[in-house]
Amino acid sequence: MIIEKIFNKWILFFLFTIPVLGFVFEEPYYITLTTKVVILGIAGIGLNLALGYCGLISFGHAAFFGLGGYVTGILSFHALNSELIFSWPFVTSGSSDMLVIWPIVILSSAFLALIIGLLSLRTTGVYFIMITLAFAQMLYFFAISWPNYGGEDGLSIYMRNSLPMVNTMDPLSFYFICLFWLLIVIFISAMLINSSFGMAFQAIKQNEERVKSVGIETFKVKLLVFVISGTITGLAGSLYTDLNRFISPSVLNWQMSGEIMIFVILGGIARLYGPLVGAAFFIVLEQTLGSYTENWQFWLGLILILEILYVRTGILSLFEKKLKYEK
Amino acid sequence: MTSILFFEQLLNGIQFGTMLFLMSAGLTLIFGVMGLINLAHGSFYMIGAFSAALIAGLTGSFWLALLASLSGAAIAGVLIEILIIRRLYRRDHLDQVLATFALILLLSEGVRWCFGAFPLYLDIPENLNGTLPISNDIIYSKYRLFIIFMGLLIATGLYILITKTRLGVRIRAGQNDRQMISALGVDISKLYTIVFALGASLAGLAGAMIGAIQSVEVGMGEPILILAFVVIVIGGIGSIKGALIGSILVGVTDTIGRIFLPELLKIFMEPSSATSVGSSIGSMLIYILMAFVLIIKPSGLFGKT
Repeated sequence: MIIEKIFNKWILFFLFTIPVLGFVFEEPYYITLTTKVVILGIAGIGLNLALGYCGLISFGHAAFFGLGGYVTGILSFHALNSELIFSWPFVTSGSSDMLVIWPIVILSSAFLALIIGLLSLRTTGVYFIMITLAFAQMLYFFAISWPNYGGEDGLSIYMRNSLPMVNTMDPLSFYFICLFWLLIVIFISAMLINSSFGMAFQAIKQNEERVKSVGIETFKVKLLVFVISGTITGLAGSLYTDLNRFISPSVLNWQMSGEIMIFVILGGIARLYGPLVGAAFFIVLEQTLGSYTENWQFWLGLILILEILYVRTGILSLFEKKLKYEK
Repeated sequence: MTSILFFEQLLNGIQFGTMLFLMSAGLTLIFGVMGLINLAHGSFYMIGAFSAALIAGLTGSFWLALLASLSGAAIAGVLIEILIIRRLYRRDHLDQVLATFALILLLSEGVRWCFGAFPLYLDIPENLNGTLPISNDIIYSKYRLFIIFMGLLIATGLYILITKTRLGVRIRAGQNDRQMISALGVDISKLYTIVFALGASLAGLAGAMIGAIQSVEVGMGEPILILAFVVIVIGGIGSIKGALIGSILVGVTDTIGRIFLPELLKIFMEPSSATSVGSSIGSMLIYILMAFVLIIKPSGLFGKT
C-alpha cells in the first residue's frame, strides 16, 4: 500500500503543477483538460462510494451528473433573462452565484438519489443495475422532450457563474475552484470509509446477511451511501456545466453512466484516488488516440476488454503489487 | 375518427412490441441460461441490419437480405462468444456490464470503420409495399403487418423449440441447474455458444426488419437495447413468456402514450403546455410502468423469486 500512497502524493503534485505550467507557458488548453479530469474524477469518486465500497452497481449515475448540470444551467439561464423559474408555491428566481447554486445542486441531487434509492434498493443484482439505468434514461428522455430548456439541442449559459472575489472566467481560477471541491470530496470520502458507518457499508459489500445479523439496518446504510454518492456526482455535474458553459441531454445518457463507471474500474475499484486516475487515463487516451484516429473508441473498447479480462484490478493495483515483490 | 386512430396506433404498438420481443427473447435467454448481462446485444441488432443492407445492395433481394441478417448476426455471435463472452460467465455482473459496454464501443466503431458514418437504406420489397384494408375504414401498412406476422411466427417457433425439442430440454435444464446438466454429459460450452448465437440472430433479424422502415446506422441498437432491458425487467429476467408479454405491454404503452397523453391533457390544460408536458411524460411512461411493476413485484411479472 505504501507505493500507492506515494503515487497518490504524486497525483496531487501533478494536479497542482500541470495547470500552473499550462498558465506559465500560456497553454490554457491543458488547464481545461486538467479541469475536466478533476471534475470527472469527482463524479467517479462519488460513484466509487456506492459501487466500489458498498457493492451497489449503479448504472444510472448520469442521472445525478445530469441533474446537477441542469440545475446549474437552469438557475443561471433564469438569472440571465431575469425570468422567474416558478412563482408557486413560492417565488423563485434564477441565480448565477455559485454560493447559491451549489447548495441547491447538493440538495436536489440528494433528493433525487433518495427517491431513486428508495425505489431501486428494493431490488438486488441485475435488477438493481437495470432499474438505475432505467431511471437515468427516464430523465434523459424527459430532458430531450421538455422544450423549455433547449430540449435535444441543450442550453448555453454564455457566462460562467460567479463567485465573490474570484474571476471564474479565468481558466486557472476556475480550475482551483474544482480542485478545492476535489480535495473536499476526497477528504469526506476518506473520513466516511474509515468511520464505523464506512465499516458497515464495506461489510455489506462482502456479506449483507451477516451485517444484518449483527443488527445493522442494511437498507438504511445502503440508502445513505447511495444518497451521498449521488450528491457528490451531482456536484461534479454542476461544475461540468460551468466548465463548458453548456448543458445538453447527452450528459444524462447511459453512455455517461458507463463512462463514469469506466473511470472507477480503470483506476481501480474501491481505491480513493482510483476514479481520478481512471478519468485522467481516459482523457489522455481520448486526446492521444483521438489525434491519430477518428475511431479512438475502438481502441478504448479493446483496452477496456483486455483490462477486464486480464488485469482486473485497475491501474492503481500495479503500484500495490510491486511492494509485494519487494518484501 | 379517434377510434380509427386508436386502432392504428394499437397496431403500431403491437408491431413495435413484436420487434422488442425479438430483442428481449435473446437477452432473457442468455441471462436465464448463462447468467450473463449482455449490453452488446444491441450491436447484433446493428450487425444484422448492416449485413442485410450489404446483401440487399449486392443482390437486390430483400429475402436474401433477411437471411443475411440472421446468419451475419449469428456468425458474429459465435465469434464473439468464443473470443470474449465465454470468459465472462463466471465473473460478477459488474465485469459483464463493463466488458459488454466495451464491446459496444468496439463493434460500433468497427462497423463505422467498414461502412462509414452515413446511414444506409434498405428497401421494402415490392409486394409488401403499400397498404391493406383491414376493415371498411381501417387501412394499414402491409410491411408492418408482415413484421407482426414474423414476430408471431418466431414466438411460436421459439415456443416449440423450447418445449418440444431436445435442444429446448437442454436449454431449460441449463436454466435450472448448470452443473447438473454438464455432469450428465451435455457439452455445456457448445450449448452456451448455440444459445448466444440464437439470441444474436434474433436480434439481427429485428435489426434488418426495422432497418427497412428507419435507416441502417451505427448506434441504432442502443435505444432499442435499453427498451429490451425494460421489457425483461418487467417480464421477469429469464422468462420468455415474460419477454413476450412485457414486449407487447411496453410497445403498446409507449406508442399509445406518446400519441394520446398530450390529447388527454388538453382536456385539463391549455393546448401548448399540454403538448409539451404530455410528450415529456409520454416518453417516460414505460419507465414509470417499470418502476411501478418493480414496486409491486421486485422480480418482474413472471420472474422467479
